Amino acid sequence: MTMTKTFLGVPVARPKVAFLELSSCEGCQLQLLNNEATLLDFLSLVEIVRFREGMKEAGDEYEIAFVEGSITRADEEERLKRIRRQARVVVALGSCACFGGVNQLKNRFNDLEWVKREVYGSHPIDSQEAKPLSAVIEVDLEIFGCPIKKEEVERIVTALVLGQEVRHPQYPVCMECKARENICLFELGEPCLGPVTRAGCDAWCPANRMGCWGCRGPAPEANLARLEIIMAERGISRQRMIDRLECFGGFAGFVAEVKGKKEER
Amino acid sequence: MLFKVFPEAELTRLFELLAKDRIVGPVKKGEDQQGRPLYDFDVVHDLADLHLDYTQTIHSAKNYFLPYREDLCTFTFQNDDWQKEVDYGVYAPLVLLGLHPCDINALNKLDKVLLGGRYPNPFYGEKRGNMFIVGHSCTPQPFCFCQSMGTDSAIRGFDLFLTRMGDLYFAEILSPRALHLLEQIDCCDPDSSEHRRYLDLMEERESLFVAHVDTSDLTKILDLEFQSPVWQEWGQKCLSCGTCAQVCPTCYCYGVTEQVDMDFSRAWKEKQLYSCNLLDFASVAGSHNFRPESHTRIKYRYYHKHRGFVEAFEESLCVGCGRCGQACLARITVPEVIASVRAGKE
Repeated sequence: MTMTKTFLGVPVARPKVAFLELSSCEGCQLQLLNNEATLLDFLSLVEIVRFREGMKEAGDEYEIAFVEGSITRADEEERLKRIRRQARVVVALGSCACFGGVNQLKNRFNDLEWVKREVYGSHPIDSQEAKPLSAVIEVDLEIFGCPIKKEEVERIVTALVLGQEVRHPQYPVCMECKARENICLFELGEPCLGPVTRAGCDAWCPANRMGCWGCRGPAPEANLARLEIIMAERGISRQRMIDRLECFGGFAGFVAEVKGKKEER
Repeated sequence: MLFKVFPEAELTRLFELLAKDRIVGPVKKGEDQQGRPLYDFDVVHDLADLHLDYTQTIHSAKNYFLPYREDLCTFTFQNDDWQKEVDYGVYAPLVLLGLHPCDINALNKLDKVLLGGRYPNPFYGEKRGNMFIVGHSCTPQPFCFCQSMGTDSAIRGFDLFLTRMGDLYFAEILSPRALHLLEQIDCCDPDSSEHRRYLDLMEERESLFVAHVDTSDLTKILDLEFQSPVWQEWGQKCLSCGTCAQVCPTCYCYGVTEQVDMDFSRAWKEKQLYSCNLLDFASVAGSHNFRPESHTRIKYRYYHKHRGFVEAFEESLCVGCGRCGQACLARITVPEVIASVRAGKE
């Protein structure tokens, strides 16, 4: 750990961090590289020892591990456990790491061997049920989103370096959507998970006239029972709602409950 | 108050005169599924974009006097020193053109609490001081209950108020600047027939209100019904999403966060409008939360509007614009909530 900067006269350590990837598109890593304007500031804040999308060097000495992707293979589980032993802080970066992400869509098929045959044919490959990091190790911090929002990561990393508390919004996307004065997508007949999804994205999708798909998972105290009524009142089918809720894995518990109710009928 | 009348065509000239400043007014933002227009306040550059005949805007004009997000102060660090900067965010005069009486009364109420107290809010005050307000008459919509709240007409809080009477505008003038403005267009004093026409129009408008809220003894009833089970029922519906507060012209509660730049050269305090319906609004040190349940939060919003504010200022904080009920996906509306509390059942 090097002491290069001071904040209010107090030396601040520049921690060694690694960006690591399991099963993912690495889009969250790319997202961090997207805004060149703040890249140098970001690099002055942390010392990056591993970042496959941005550098050739690959070190294994790090204090903070930002892990992107979900676990879909046995060797990934082992790798993740090694990361946990090495890192003081493990951050789940993006929806795949937090909830299984898009990868976990395959879990809804009862026969995973069939899924494997459909996708890979006879090619021998290890591919299991997709799991979030928390299914294997203890995770210290989650950064939600598919992809992550760069500005939010920058705020969180600054807080981590300064030793401040990291706080996620507790309210749903609607709050941010209204602050942007968007037209509610339900007015336009579009389904939207904004009323139940954790904010922090600044209503990225609804502001572009696309209903929320819930990539950041449920807001604490999300009123999903009411969402079912809202969708039904507007003639949006239950299946369409479930498809959205299932997309990123954050609402897995609720989806299981809804599906259970359906079978009871 | 002074009164003038001018032909409808003179609005073009009036707009031109006002357009040397930034004009914010009702514009059409789209259409809902039934093809009904959706309006909001926005900067208007062309009179053709201004829809003075709008029903109601989805959001209030709040962003222009109580922005959703605003930096309260910025600290710049250099060597061992630091400097504090405060920017009230007022760079140019603003014309709010086409406010309905409910929204003018909303400003009057906010003035009382944000400017009238011991610690006036300079961020709000600066913006208010730089505003020229032109009100415009409205047609009561099925969700409007301003009549019940006593805010269906504005008697102060504007510079100029325009009422459409066929091909004429009936103008109420409250400020010298408004009078000076009208002197530059083709207008004259109204005659007695025009007085009559105006009063008839007002009477007709009075009869158009559909939604009502019984406010008699409401503060006492709210106190008596604090434990009423109806709150639990509304709480079950509530999404705790803050939409009602965001679209409300008078919800002014906020939270403040402190942030630091990545290069540690700058830090700032950011104010963000909040809502008592949000889970973390009453969360305090040690992770305690005064209102962890949805029904306690929605109740709090009603108690602030219809009880607390009345006790402090002898008037409700709610202006009956109906926006919260229109925007609420859970279909929670003020007239229904108040009626259910009065009746003791939903």
